Amino acid sequence: MRGVQIDLISSERLSSMTSMEKIRLILDEVQEGKIVVLESGLDPQEETKLIEVTMSEISPEGFIGIEIESYPQKRRQGLLAKLFSKNPHARLTVIGPANQMKMLHKDRDLISALVSAPEA
Amino acid sequence: MWFKRFFKKRSTRIGIYGPPNAGKTTLANRIIKDWSGEAMGSTSEIPHETRRAKRREGVTITSNGSAVTFDIVDTPGLATKIDFHDFMSFGLEEEEAKRRAKEATEGVIDAIKWLEDLDGILLVMDSTDDPFTQVNVTVIGNMEARRLPLLIVANKIDLPDSAPARIHSAFPQHPMVPISALENTNIDKLYNAMADHFGG
Ligand SMILES: Nc1nc2c(ncn2[C@@H]2O[C@H](COP(=O)(O)OP(=O)(O)OP(=O)(O)O)[C@@H](O)[C@H]2O)c(=O)[nH]1
Ligand SMILES: [Mg+2]
Repeated sequence: MRGVQIDLISSERLSSMTSMEKIRLILDEVQEGKIVVLESGLDPQEETKLIEVTMSEISPEGFIGIEIESYPQKRRQGLLAKLFSKNPHARLTVIGPANQMKMLHKDRDLISALVSAPEA
Repeated sequence: MWFKRFFKKRSTRIGIYGPPNAGKTTLANRIIKDWSGEAMGSTSEIPHETRRAKRREGVTITSNGSAVTFDIVDTPGLATKIDFHDFMSFGLEEEEAKRRAKEATEGVIDAIKWLEDLDGILLVMDSTDDPFTQVNVTVIGNMEARRLPLLIVANKIDLPDSAPARIHSAFPQHPMVPISALENTNIDKLYNAMADHFGG
């Protein structure tokens, strides 16, 4: 079957990884044409790090970068949630190769994307 | 207190952030020109015109009788993808488009590095565009994590399909000022908001 591989990574798996391990995993998969869904996304610093590393790996005729979407942070969070959650900002995040994935619609509570198969 | 004044001596450093083409340099030029009579950098309808952050020191803005001195940092537009073919559709030759793409990737890294050296940011958005982009979410998330003040600038309100209200409802937790940097609309409101939000 020809198609697109989607990897859904659980929060448990993510919480056992360091920031650079997460970023490496994401970029390796995306550069192979896979779509990565993170149950709990990256924190803001990890997101900027991911953008930085993405930029350093872009090359003409090769990798043109990523499409990444997550929901904005929930508006109000309880003090307890903030204190006890290791990563209070992280929310469901989808990441794919920019040449195969196009965001159709995004708002506070819905992300809709179109994905195409990698070129053979 | 003396030590507070001592640490306050450095002027408040404000970064101008946002996606490519939002009008960051147009706004930076406007601010610098209004308060120090010069210009910051070149602007263009081709994205990634600014590919290196530029700092202008000691820009004193007076608003409602009080004066606040800022360092203004104009940064390259943030993006998660850069394809040189996009520049060729603006008429650039392949070689030049590739060079621009390479410099643009370095510019994004430069802008991200600068995030660590700021006291606050103006996040500029094009009011005709969808505000729910990862670049906007990421910049806002970073400022919230650092507990630094952020002012959203909804630019290009002179355009007929601009919708600054959509930006406000996307990020209601932060103040927003709708402006046209090009046509000089509401800039005084922005100066007031900057003095209130970043000064003192
Ligand atoms: N209609 C309209 N156009 C504007 C406004 N502000 C900027 N522009 C135009 O938008 C384009 C991009 O402006 P820049 O100031 O170069 O944008 P930038 O955010 O610095 O872009 P990069 O440096 O590429 O990230 C230029 O053609 C400007 O003339 C505005 O308020 N209204
Ligand atoms: Mg610019």
